[in-house]
Amino acid sequence: MIRFCPAFPAFLAAVFGWAVLAPAQETPLALIGAQLICVSGETHEEGVLVVHRGKIIIVGPRGTALPAGATTRDVRGQIIMPGLVDTHSHIGSPAGGDQSAPIQPDARVLDAVDVRDASIQKAQAGGLTTANIMPGSGHLISGQTLYVKLRDGNTIDDLLITDKAGRVAGGLKMANGTNSRKDPPFPGTRAKSAALVREKFIAAREYREKIVRAKGDADKLPPRDLALEILVEVLERQRVVHHHTHRHDDILTVLRLQKEFGFRVVLHHVSDAWKVAEEIAAAHVPCSIILLDSPGGKLEARDVDWKNGVVLEKAGVPVGFHTDDPVTDSRLFLRSAAFAVRAGMSRAGALRALTLTGAEMLDLQARIGSLDVGKDADFIVLSGDPFSVYTHVLETYVDGVKVFDREKEKDRRWSTGGYGAGNPRPAHLCCYGSWEEAR
Amino acid sequence: MKKSARYFVTLACLLAATSLAEGIVVHGEIIHTMAGAIIRDGVVLIQHGKIESVGEAASVKIPAGWRVLKARVVTPGLIDAHTVVGFSGILNQPHDQEQLEKSTPLQPELRAIDAYNGRDPLVEYVRSFGVTTLHTGHGPGALISGQTMIVKTYPLNVDLALINPAAMTAATLGAGAKAEKDKAPGTASKAVAMLRAELIKAEDYVAKGKKSDIEKRPARDLRLEVLARALDGEQPLLITVHRHQDILAALRLAAEFKLKIVLDGVSDAPLVLDQIKQSGFPVFLHPTMYRANNETENLSVETASKLRKAGIPFALQSGFENYVPKTRIVLFEAAIAAANGLSQSDALAAITIDAAKLLGIQQRTGSLEIGKDADLALYDGDPFEYTTHCTGVVVSGVVTDVQPH
Repeated sequence: MIRFCPAFPAFLAAVFGWAVLAPAQETPLALIGAQLICVSGETHEEGVLVVHRGKIIIVGPRGTALPAGATTRDVRGQIIMPGLVDTHSHIGSPAGGDQSAPIQPDARVLDAVDVRDASIQKAQAGGLTTANIMPGSGHLISGQTLYVKLRDGNTIDDLLITDKAGRVAGGLKMANGTNSRKDPPFPGTRAKSAALVREKFIAAREYREKIVRAKGDADKLPPRDLALEILVEVLERQRVVHHHTHRHDDILTVLRLQKEFGFRVVLHHVSDAWKVAEEIAAAHVPCSIILLDSPGGKLEARDVDWKNGVVLEKAGVPVGFHTDDPVTDSRLFLRSAAFAVRAGMSRAGALRALTLTGAEMLDLQARIGSLDVGKDADFIVLSGDPFSVYTHVLETYVDGVKVFDREKEKDRRWSTGGYGAGNPRPAHLCCYGSWEEAR
Repeated sequence: MKKSARYFVTLACLLAATSLAEGIVVHGEIIHTMAGAIIRDGVVLIQHGKIESVGEAASVKIPAGWRVLKARVVTPGLIDAHTVVGFSGILNQPHDQEQLEKSTPLQPELRAIDAYNGRDPLVEYVRSFGVTTLHTGHGPGALISGQTMIVKTYPLNVDLALINPAAMTAATLGAGAKAEKDKAPGTASKAVAMLRAELIKAEDYVAKGKKSDIEKRPARDLRLEVLARALDGEQPLLITVHRHQDILAALRLAAEFKLKIVLDGVSDAPLVLDQIKQSGFPVFLHPTMYRANNETENLSVETASKLRKAGIPFALQSGFENYVPKTRIVLFEAAIAAANGLSQSDALAAITIDAAKLLGIQQRTGSLEIGKDADLALYDGDPFEYTTHCTGVVVSGVVTDVQPH
């Protein structure tokens, strides 16, 4: 179903290694009797899930043979599904680029995430196991995003996903529309916004060509440019663009730029997606959508609608969800998908959107996003139907390590809130309007 | 409530001429009347905008030719105990934001009725989930930001939809009351000092107004006459307050001036439950899913159930936030409370009958009882479930157009 570059994710899967933080299951752990929603394959009504050393080693129906020496747990009456993948979040309160320029691909979220921020524990409490942490949308290009696994980390390094060469997994955040329109040096119109972006990508092409022409001759190589070298990764389709966009015409502008420069892109928010679903489908571009309690809040989001999920699904567009935390609360991520179902999206599609399709948007589908043998042991234990308001996330596992347990008072507080579970600073909500004081 | 009675007569006269004479039968598999037990396989008969009969389908005679609406679940029309819908418009641009004017910190004279936009799309939006009554008006964010009103979500013409044009006066204490840089109040203490000074002026205004010598009576003062209504309890102060020390400051203020107040927001309520209970004042609790940041950092989704256990009267609200969602839906806030310790019937009460009582409109709405306004919400399942749809809304006896959400 996902159509963006089938070869490259396979390549990444081959080279990616995982920094596993805490030791997990020296003996296999078998969870027996829960309904297993595997996402990639069939659902087992009373299934068997066995994890060992951070990986899934057995998934099967009732009666599946267990490995010798396995620790067993009876989880009948509960539901287990893959850990949720949030394709667009601001947990850890990072900032990317500053106000000095509209295009800052050199800024890394890596250098700005606060792993001790309460939002990270709350995301674990909501069943998230992987998140794409992004800089804001107040720039045409606000910086490099970071794909993290929500392990219990002491430093940001503990959460990273890195390949063998040491490259940190992440994308590039871009935006169009009104958020990035400001006083100079920021653009004042949509056309100017597109022109600035095109100019920069053309510069990146020339930079790449110079490097190619130099053939490794140090004297002929251009001086290293931290911004352009990231855009070269984008042109080479190694780094995915995560593009904030709302209005129908802005969506088409992204597709036009994507066609010109050939980069891989995920459209984010996409408020007006239902108006241009056929165009999005024709461009073979996936969408990560947000579901809000009410439309509006800004001009461009006036027509945002829960039906985006079903309309895109029917048009054949791969759909993922995001929290945009703190715009919506990570603890209520399942709720977003439930509202898409309420508006007509298929349950199977919504479950896939929360997990495997999200993983595909981050090129991580070979390792996460479904309950399959060999994948990382990232899963959640639910008290009931994933789309019921009465369901609670009971446990969250990342790489086989339990990072949230509702039975533990300390963890439970992250789920319910309460004294000390909040953030003493105002919410960071980017960005529009002069009276918006949060930024 | 004379003025609201007058508005209602106007409403009744205008609407009766059109469609209200038509009888309507709402047939529900489950009817939450909020006045006694749940009725299974029940009907509500509606005519002339009022509820004519409620009971089991087998025991109520259904007149021939009446329009029949069917639903799995029927509840009273929902009441949002505190919102800014109609003031904080959908676009969030300066031209559609009427909930807060910050030129001076104390502006009780700002009437809600002069700014309410019944045609803002969010009014219709919240109605499409079953909300039929809004307590809306000036928002938090100034020491006194103005007044509030109670209005139905249909019809869109405010004069026809109005229940009470001057319900409460909106005040804020704590960090939320702070004025712009270098202006007063700049601290929580200063905010209380300024409000005390103004209430003393109002007391003086009331006393002088009673002088027999008309020459010695003060000139009419729009600000002080609103505060005078707070002093005599006719128009309570709705005090938005979150931190425990600011909650206590509000209670101190109420005791000093013998004010009737409603505590609004109250994120730290679990820390001072005894004091709130002792005061006897009700709470309009922050939206269950409100963001836990800054003054609200300690809020919990379990606070509603704690208020219930403590016996503190409360209602739920959609509140105010300056970004998205531009409004929350009070049904959803009750749903999350119901998923976190509050019983389903208590959660439903917090957005129907309990809210009506705390707003003083229980004679009109909030439950399905004979003689009350025909305000009903229809659902195709448990109203709190994420995947249930609202399939119909009746406001004052009118079946409104509902795109099921």
